[in-house]
Amino acid sequence: MASGFETTAEDYIAHHLVNATFGRFPEGHERAGEWGFASSGSEAEAMGFMAIHVDSMGWSIGLAIFFMYFFRRVAVSAAENPAAIPTGLRNVVEALIDFIEGMVKSVFKHPDLSYVAPMALTIFVWVFFMNLMDLVPVDLVPYIAQYGLGIEYMKIVPSTDPNITMGLALSVFTLIIFFSIRQKGLGGFLAEISFHPFGKWLLPFNLALEVVGLLAKPVSLGLRLFGNLFSAEMIFILIATMYTGLIIGLLGGLLQFAWAVFHILVVPLQAFIFMVLSVVYLTQAFDEGEAH
Amino acid sequence: MNINLTLFGQMIAFFFFVWFCMRMVWPPIVAAMLARQEQIAEGLETAERAKKDLSLAQKRATDEIKKARVEASEIIELARRRSEQMIEEAKREARAEGERVKAAATTDVQQEVQRAKESLRKEVAALALLGAERILERDVDAASHAEMLERLAADL
Repeated sequence: MASGFETTAEDYIAHHLVNATFGRFPEGHERAGEWGFASSGSEAEAMGFMAIHVDSMGWSIGLAIFFMYFFRRVAVSAAENPAAIPTGLRNVVEALIDFIEGMVKSVFKHPDLSYVAPMALTIFVWVFFMNLMDLVPVDLVPYIAQYGLGIEYMKIVPSTDPNITMGLALSVFTLIIFFSIRQKGLGGFLAEISFHPFGKWLLPFNLALEVVGLLAKPVSLGLRLFGNLFSAEMIFILIATMYTGLIIGLLGGLLQFAWAVFHILVVPLQAFIFMVLSVVYLTQAFDEGEAH
Repeated sequence: MNINLTLFGQMIAFFFFVWFCMRMVWPPIVAAMLARQEQIAEGLETAERAKKDLSLAQKRATDEIKKARVEASEIIELARRRSEQMIEEAKREARAEGERVKAAATTDVQQEVQRAKESLRKEVAALALLGAERILERDVDAASHAEMLERLAADL
């Protein structure tokens, strides 16, 4: 069992599902109206909307800074010496960019890639790294945080936090709306969702269909990623509750290894799906004609 | 699993990092890749051209060698003919010279013979005169008998 503080598997699992939450204490709390860290899961829940998951946010931004730092270094060296023979890191980044560019070009047929391709790169690498945190043993970082730094709750996989995945999905959604209006004009965009697929006499019906279709995009994007990663994380946590005895512990180790190997597939796959769907949605936003 | 401000935090972070990638990462790397691509294409083209040039030069060299060989054999043939001609000429000249020398020698011998005959004739005349003196025991007047002596000498 993971922690001396928890007595049962339920407590252990519940503890692992709470974010480090910084928010405003609700009415009825002894520190009502004040801002501070929630000391339990129920307290975090009671804070409602006026709270922020410091761990998800921190890991998410930290990972983005981590890979953006390397990308920027490569970009600087590329700008200084464009014709140099690429080595090491630059090879990796260039191969990645080549892959993303090819991918985007095969879906997104407009000549101007300058918005969509960097977005796709950012999404892919970011989601990939966020998912990758799932392969870190579930107790490792929380233990260090708890006993080394005195932080009670610590979730290190940002993509198991619906705020993060829905944040990404809503950002993509914002871009879809933005580019739809920019390409077609507000009237064009409204016409597109009003007069399709059944012509102007069934406008309310069209509108209902199209709005649902439109809203389904961010929801499916965000919830797919969240669902996949949350369930995977959950299984890692469940496997971790097996470390109680020698025999069952060995079995748990075997299972954890097997699940981690399987997870190696899930990590890039989910990142890839998120990226491709974002590009597809944006392609539809750019498309002038009937494309859906 | 609460929806809260984290959602907006993530959205802000997303737009910031996409903007960063769009501005500071993507363009220079893609530009560098494009530049390298062009450079490689250029290099390949140059290599192709150089290969073509080389094969052309090789062909030209082979042609030159062939031509030179033909010329050389022509020159050798010419030289052979010329040398034969020269030998022929030299032989002819030598033969002519030989004839000339022979002719000159023959003339010399004939002159020599003529001269010897002349001197012999004179000596015979003198001897005959001397013999006649002895026989006659007296002086013979050479002048009075010159005509006779002349005839005698001419008979010799």
